[in-house]
Amino acid sequence: MLNLALEAGRTHTPEAVLFWFLAPLAVAAALGMLLVKKAVHSALLLAWVMISLAIIYIAQDALFLGIVQIVVYTGAVMMLFLFILMLVGVDSSDSLKETIKGQRPAIIFVSVGLIGLFLSLLGRATIGIPAVGLKNANTNGNVQGLASELFTKYVWAFEVVSALLITAALGAMVLAHSQKSKSKFAQRDQAIARFRGKSLATAAGLPSSGVYARHNAVDVPALLPDGTAAKLSISQTLDARGDMIESKVFELKEREQEED
Amino acid sequence: MDISNYLYLSIILFTIGAVGVVIRRNAIVVFMCVELMLNAANLAFVTFARINGNLDGQVASFFTMVVAACEVVVGLAIIVTIYRSRRSASVDDASLLKR
Repeated sequence: MLNLALEAGRTHTPEAVLFWFLAPLAVAAALGMLLVKKAVHSALLLAWVMISLAIIYIAQDALFLGIVQIVVYTGAVMMLFLFILMLVGVDSSDSLKETIKGQRPAIIFVSVGLIGLFLSLLGRATIGIPAVGLKNANTNGNVQGLASELFTKYVWAFEVVSALLITAALGAMVLAHSQKSKSKFAQRDQAIARFRGKSLATAAGLPSSGVYARHNAVDVPALLPDGTAAKLSISQTLDARGDMIESKVFELKEREQEED
Repeated sequence: MDISNYLYLSIILFTIGAVGVVIRRNAIVVFMCVELMLNAANLAFVTFARINGNLDGQVASFFTMVVAACEVVVGLAIIVTIYRSRRSASVDDASLLKR
């Protein structure tokens, strides 16, 4: 296991190298998440940020959280995000145009203020406190240490969180459930509609394809008594795709030429 | 390297997430930015646990992950429901309360 101890609140060189390698990449990926147009690219960049955070957790003596970060976040949560993206439509790339006038400069101003606020908080929280490191807390192993905290001091919070999980699962089921407002248009309803319609011409069903034509494939329309094609006899999809073949193609022309 | 560099990284990631929540229009991307903010807070928790030398921060981070998972499940279900009725995942289109 990584044993990156602290010396007077400062980290060793390998950890510093790891940090300076991962942190700029994570910040760049997070910025890219804001700026790319497609939501799928945002999701992949966020997955990268999460993986680099997991590596940082492991470097910070939080082995269990690092693994959970990869399994829960990049594994489950990001897959859920991608799943919903595919469900909603991958092409739903939203425009990066600002819809509220003057929002961009305002949010840049506010974000600088936010950073300043956090920095002042951080100064109060850290200045003058030497970092201890987790060497003592992790003597029996990180997972064991976390477990003993979780099941003694935080056991009530743990129970409440389990209730929250069940509630969330139920909530997702309720939200995802869609009740049908009218019954399905079944075979019986179709038959009734055929006979109650304006004309009884199609009451016995639509003509089948290729009837009286020179060819009986499904994409060749049947011929009416006057020799024109009956468009109703072939699937509307084939007609829309332009895959319909006129039966004139199959007419025998050679014999006519011989007779001439 | 000073250990507070981790906290600076956490601040930067949190701010990027907050900016993203405001400027992006796609509801799913907005949710991803919320996740980024939660992750940044987790990083701060883990770093503070290390600074203080106990595991309380890591336990808090663990609970944050659970709550984030719940939030994602319910939030995405809401997005799917809105998309089903309005055929759009843009937060600008979900403005029925305004009218």
